[in-house]
Amino acid sequence: MRSLLTILFSLVALVVSAGIIEVGKDKNTKSLKLGVSLAKSGDTIMLYPGLYREGNIVISKQIQLIGVGNPVLDGELKHEMLTITGHNIVVKGITFRNAGYSSFNDYAAIKIIDAGNVRVEDNNIINSSFAIHIANSTESIIRGNTIRGNNKSEHSSGNGIHLWKCSGMLVENNSIEGHRDGIYFEFVTFSNIVKNRSEKNIRYGLHFMFSNDDNYQDNIFRNNGAGVAVMFSKKVTMTRNHFEENWGAAAYGILLKEIKEGTIRQNTFVKNTVGIFMEGSSRLNIEKNVFMNNGWAVKVQASCDENTFNFNNFYGNSFDVSTNGTMTLNKFSGNYWDKYEGYDLDRNGVGDVPFHPVSMYGMIIEQNPTTLILLRSFMVSLLDKAEKAIPSLTPENLIDDKPMIKPHRL
Amino acid sequence: MLKLTRYVLYDIIRSRVVLAYAVFLLLVSFSLFQLEENHSKAILSLLNIVLIVVPLISMIFTTIHYYNSYEFIELMLSQPLSRTRILLSEYAGVAISMIAAFLLGVGVPVLVYSPDPTGITLIFTGAGLTLVFTSIAFLASVKARDKARGIGSVLLLWFYFSLIYDGLVMLILFAFSDYPMEKFTLLLAALNPVDLGRISIMLKLDVSALMGYTGALYKDFFGSNTGVLFTSAMMLVWTAIPLWTALVIFQKKDM
Amino acid sequence: MIRIENLKKKFKKLQALDDINAIFSSGQVISLIGPNGSGKTTLIKTILGMVKADSGKVFVDSKPINGDPSYRSNIGYMPQIGRYPDNMKVGHLFSMMKNIRTVPESSLDTDLLVRFNLVSIFDKPMRTLSGGTRQKVSAALAFYFNPDILILDEPTAGLDPLSSEILKEKILQEKRKNKLILITSHILSDLDELTTHVMYLQEGKMIFLKDIETLRRETGEDKLVKAIAGIMRSDKKNALWIDEVLAIKATKENP
Repeated sequence: MRSLLTILFSLVALVVSAGIIEVGKDKNTKSLKLGVSLAKSGDTIMLYPGLYREGNIVISKQIQLIGVGNPVLDGELKHEMLTITGHNIVVKGITFRNAGYSSFNDYAAIKIIDAGNVRVEDNNIINSSFAIHIANSTESIIRGNTIRGNNKSEHSSGNGIHLWKCSGMLVENNSIEGHRDGIYFEFVTFSNIVKNRSEKNIRYGLHFMFSNDDNYQDNIFRNNGAGVAVMFSKKVTMTRNHFEENWGAAAYGILLKEIKEGTIRQNTFVKNTVGIFMEGSSRLNIEKNVFMNNGWAVKVQASCDENTFNFNNFYGNSFDVSTNGTMTLNKFSGNYWDKYEGYDLDRNGVGDVPFHPVSMYGMIIEQNPTTLILLRSFMVSLLDKAEKAIPSLTPENLIDDKPMIKPHRL
Repeated sequence: MLKLTRYVLYDIIRSRVVLAYAVFLLLVSFSLFQLEENHSKAILSLLNIVLIVVPLISMIFTTIHYYNSYEFIELMLSQPLSRTRILLSEYAGVAISMIAAFLLGVGVPVLVYSPDPTGITLIFTGAGLTLVFTSIAFLASVKARDKARGIGSVLLLWFYFSLIYDGLVMLILFAFSDYPMEKFTLLLAALNPVDLGRISIMLKLDVSALMGYTGALYKDFFGSNTGVLFTSAMMLVWTAIPLWTALVIFQKKDM
Repeated sequence: MIRIENLKKKFKKLQALDDINAIFSSGQVISLIGPNGSGKTTLIKTILGMVKADSGKVFVDSKPINGDPSYRSNIGYMPQIGRYPDNMKVGHLFSMMKNIRTVPESSLDTDLLVRFNLVSIFDKPMRTLSGGTRQKVSAALAFYFNPDILILDEPTAGLDPLSSEILKEKILQEKRKNKLILITSHILSDLDELTTHVMYLQEGKMIFLKDIETLRRETGEDKLVKAIAGIMRSDKKNALWIDEVLAIKATKENP
């Protein structure tokens, strides 16, 4: 009884402060377009179940568009459905499908442009090239949306959540599948990407460029065409993400290119062709991550320097570390390597002889990839053992001076 | 034929060597699974056992058994039994007991601790390699004049299949590194049963690495149903041809 | 029962059998004699199919012996040195042979088993037996299936006098049943009374094959040993005898 009263009172309060416009087949307002044009700033539009084919709708007023009981907007593969510009706008609980595609314009199911404090929540976006396209906006929240692309070719498909030139954004709890890039960041600063799930996208699960001071954590990136790419950015923090089953000749758990001063902590890399691929990156702290059953856990190109790998666990990877150079400007220390065969006489948990994470055969593979057919052969293991005893080809200084005897509890 | 096989089996079991082999495998497998927190690492060590120890023991045991059963074979030859039947019975007896020992020693622990596709592949590969190398050892034994030569040639064969062959493959791959060698490499792998077995397990264990570079080609071929069929067929060929050759030689042999 | 035509066999440089022709018929006890390495055992093994001839033919019951091994069900063979699977027990050996040949219990000849008292050692493994006891086992096994042809390679060597006597009696018994018995030996004294024919081999050649009466007459020696020794001493006589052998052969082929 009391709760009912509360609801009644709050409804009254809403009516007083702002108007409610009901749009539905059996309501006074039958068309959403009409509803939007009727609404004043501060109004709420309640969209009732039904199928709405109304082309492009532009929202530039401070309104809340709330779907009740899953109404469906259909773009008939021709139109951009919702264009949002302005401040303090909410779009919630609506299914968008069949947004148009154009090779000129980036048509999207929801386009947000020159906006601030927009919230796009709990929507379903199906079969669109771009799902949510945001440009030149600030302080907005994209949360709890389910986005399913049609998984066509890389050229004809758009990105799931696309942010360009934004700041202070939060992308949270979304689930994205079957787009070109699951989440796309370009020139986006001071933003967070949290608890999203990005899978089976044609290219990258997350594509991240020229975006500084961002943070992404607790996301799952799985089975994307090329994994995750983080490029040309500074001060990016990546925490507790899962990078899984990104398979292919150019697929990486994360591809790091020209990244400075970032942190990669407590992530899990499982069954990727390459866990982390680093190129031209420096001053990254890579710590407490788990690398398991990857083809190559880490590939560090010679162009990287001053990166530190501490307290990570490496298990069951075909190759732990590989590099294309002989210079070693990066530091490995205190990691657990399942391939370590040393001893710990003083029983302090740290192996008494350093570990060489780069194997002889790893170097051979770099030169002649066809020899991958000899992986796990008796000859290769003899070769590796011989190289460990008398290093000649592998970089002599690329060592972990404090290899752990037991894996870290992470 | 089964009658004769039964007596061969009886004789082998009485000698207890096979039992020791089974117990050895069992102890190694269980201790690997006990020692390693991570089962995949234990599987990796078992892979080496399957690829190295199984062929070696299969061949040496077969050779010793053949020479130890010389009397039995002689006795049987004076009976109204065909030579083909006698040798096939011997083969069946040895192969069955070796496979049984392997299944007990490696199969059971793997099924207990790690009953996944990798484990199953490991078991099948081990059984396949047992069949192949028992057959090869029969050929070597029938061909060699005495026990010492027999064991010597079997050791050389083992060395060749488990080490030298792969070395040659690597030399070839480097010598012709300017040419597309991927398809040719597939052929090379098929010409060594140890490599075939290794690749089938590698497909499960290192699938992530195989998806990169040229590995994807290997994965596409060996990982497909056709590839599995091809691998099994090649294993059968590797069993049948040495055994058949051994039969032909045995037919003409003076005892 | 056994016809041998132009049989030749060479081991490396050694001509083990050099154009052997002979006919053995039922009711005969043929002593196959000659110095060591004269080809006696090779001849026997060729008849048994254990050694494959280079050329020439062997017929058993007027069928050539290539291919079908079933003719051996009609032959009982006692090897020179009986070698048996070490771990097999004596009783098991007999039951195994019975099992392999699938003959009804009633047709078995257990005479020697009883007379040598082998039943008492049925649970002893073969490897624990002395050479003499093995010979007894071999003998019992040769007669076990009541075959029409008995091939005994040095049967009395290593047997104690008592057992030797038992075996002789047994051979005599079988001779009376009109069987063909082929015995090799290089000492004949103890088989004198059994032999009906002597076949003499030297360096792979058949020097003669004649019945014992003729032999005695020609050498003027009553004792077979002395008769043979006489032949061995004098080379000249051989040439004469070869003609006679051929003559005998001719009459045997056209009886």
